[in-house]
Amino acid sequence: MSSVNQTLNPAGGVSAPPAGLRPADRKAGRARETRRKWYEIIGLTTPAIVVYVMFVLVPIGFAFYYSLFRWRGVGPPTDYIGFDNYVMAFQDPIFLDALRNNAIIVFGSLLIQGPIALGVALLLNRHFRGRTVFRLLAFVPYVLAEVTVGIMWKLILTENGTFDALLRSIGLGGLIQAWLADLDIVIWTLLFVLTWKYVGFAIILLLAGLSNVPQELNEAAQIDGASWWQIQRHVTLPLLGPTIRIWMFLSMIGSLQVFDVIWVTSVPAVRSLGASATMATYMVDNGFFARLWGYGNAIAVILFVISFVAAILFQRFLLRRDIEGAITRKAK
Amino acid sequence: MAIKRRVRTVLALSITTALLATGCSGGESEEPAESELYKNPVTLTWWHNASQDGPGKEYWQKVAKDFNALHPTVTIEIEGIETNQLQRTRLPAALLSNDPPDIFPTWGGGEIREQVEADYLKDLTDLAKDEIANVGSSAEIWAVNGRQYGLPFRMGIEGIWYNKDMFERAGIAAPPSTFEELNEAVTKLKAINVVPIAVGAGDKWPAAHWWYNFALRACSVDTLKKASKDLDFEDPCFLKAGEDLKAFIDTKPFQNNFIATPGQNDPTSANGLLANGKAAMELMGDWNKGTLDNVAEDAEAMNKFIGWFPVPAISGSNGDPKAALGGGDGFSCAKNAPAECVEFLKYIVSPEVQKGYAETGTGLPVAKGSESGVSDPALRSILEATTSATYVQLWLDTAFGSTVGNAMNDAIVAIFAGNGTPQQVVDAMKSAARK
Repeated sequence: MSSVNQTLNPAGGVSAPPAGLRPADRKAGRARETRRKWYEIIGLTTPAIVVYVMFVLVPIGFAFYYSLFRWRGVGPPTDYIGFDNYVMAFQDPIFLDALRNNAIIVFGSLLIQGPIALGVALLLNRHFRGRTVFRLLAFVPYVLAEVTVGIMWKLILTENGTFDALLRSIGLGGLIQAWLADLDIVIWTLLFVLTWKYVGFAIILLLAGLSNVPQELNEAAQIDGASWWQIQRHVTLPLLGPTIRIWMFLSMIGSLQVFDVIWVTSVPAVRSLGASATMATYMVDNGFFARLWGYGNAIAVILFVISFVAAILFQRFLLRRDIEGAITRKAK
Repeated sequence: MAIKRRVRTVLALSITTALLATGCSGGESEEPAESELYKNPVTLTWWHNASQDGPGKEYWQKVAKDFNALHPTVTIEIEGIETNQLQRTRLPAALLSNDPPDIFPTWGGGEIREQVEADYLKDLTDLAKDEIANVGSSAEIWAVNGRQYGLPFRMGIEGIWYNKDMFERAGIAAPPSTFEELNEAVTKLKAINVVPIAVGAGDKWPAAHWWYNFALRACSVDTLKKASKDLDFEDPCFLKAGEDLKAFIDTKPFQNNFIATPGQNDPTSANGLLANGKAAMELMGDWNKGTLDNVAEDAEAMNKFIGWFPVPAISGSNGDPKAALGGGDGFSCAKNAPAECVEFLKYIVSPEVQKGYAETGTGLPVAKGSESGVSDPALRSILEATTSATYVQLWLDTAFGSTVGNAMNDAIVAIFAGNGTPQQVVDAMKSAARK
């Protein structure tokens, strides 16, 4: 509870009642104060908590309940089968392919987007003419709707599409592949599209983080004779740590749950062969299209548990310093 | 202290949740009292699958407007939704929610059987006697245990749409009537450097339909009927279908990278390849005329070269060479829809409205007395083939229900992709039948 008080009143707890009051009055005053604070807490958090419970916790409960049935979405579920749906999922090679693809996207996004975003953010943080335009351009893909991005890249990457024409025009026609049809290549093509789409988000986050790095530290380092590279390495990067970790966290969760870009860019056949399926597309393909609603719910629960465990582990070990006191115990 | 507070919060929360929950289930809809038709104003919600702008969508708007002019008490709210989204997500959810649309498309076969068992649909048997009789045998697809729960407005068999100019240039005298002739035609078309057959394998079902046709040729009619009824796939003909398909794919009749080619709706689709003179043939049903028109860059030129012939026979096989695969589109009324819904459905399948539907060229009508509306030569040849078919087998994925259907289609697509076997298709069907 103390952490709540702390958050609410960081200035240092309850303000002291005016001196000269009798102890009994003081006590009543404090009780009134406490009550008022509780009304405040309840009044401010209830709407959010109600929405959260209704639209997050309750559906998770329902999903788990439905996942225990063989149910095809017609009439109420009656055919209870315990954990069979979960066993079935881990025996399906296509679901295992989906898990592998999610892993590729999680690590691929971190390893590719991270360095690119860091480099671009450091560059865009310097003063030069047209900086705003470049910042805007870097962020544009992120603002576009996922479906728009998906359709656009599908048209660009289609056989003999814009991308192939571009390669040919610069004499690299030999590199042309069936970007969206070759079952061994399609996941890397999709990783490229996802990188294009989401790197802008990383850049903007890092730029925000960079603007919080005090200019004085840079100047101090400069006076001490540090080069630009040394300043970035020893002053800026360490101070950017919290931002980078938060971005990694968001990127990881987003990658585990990725759906729309994959769904739109990759055709059903390639998905169902496992080449481009992710857990989320697998869930929709099986839950809705094969009309295995109970099974689809089991996949949803698996996706939830994986994301949840990943989130908890990440927070426990990497974000700990940044969010101390919010979800962990108060720092001593 | 802390614990006490927490308990109080939880209590407050659960009360709020309970209140909200009861609030949600409050408005109970009671069966309206039996009232005379067209006396009280009613609003019918109508979902259909002509979601793309075009003659099909416009025609349904006109039908709704005409019905409203005939019966001013009935207002019809239309929503056009893409077929898969409609059938796989929107409709099942709406039917579970107690607030379904009044009139909506239903797939026959295994699908409608489940919907009837869940008590979702209105029994039309006695309410639309004449209309059912006038639709004839194709109404059976929407019947369960001898009772009628839906009425088709479109029905046709599938066959091969082809480019007559290309056939002429390749020196193919007449449309192939056997698979040997089809193979020859493929060789000749390759010689003039065109894609012999376009297939939208990316959408799975256009590829799967090739397997269905090999199954139709390999299996006897009785075997197919038994498979639909009992989901029994023991007969070796289902294995043979896959083997024949594999042999056919090995002759490389399809465009490159067909595994990523979509079926119908954009210029890069298999339809687009045929409509824009980049491929010579495509296996599709009667609805394809409308979709070809949509993706053709020059619809007029396309109409000049497009033709249709039935799927060729395979000599020496068990199947009936005059049997065909087919299917249709039909509408049903929700169990609790007002009586006007049935009247509207009867109106849709009346010969006059059906004739108008045929004139849009988006599919073949079902009701007797509407045939004269079919003017397109390609559609006329499908109409003839449909009437002369000895047996029309419903699309196998619909007939077997969506779970077996989906597993079967996935396994067939794997054969197309080069990493599946004929045996795996049969295994997938058997294991899905147990899911």
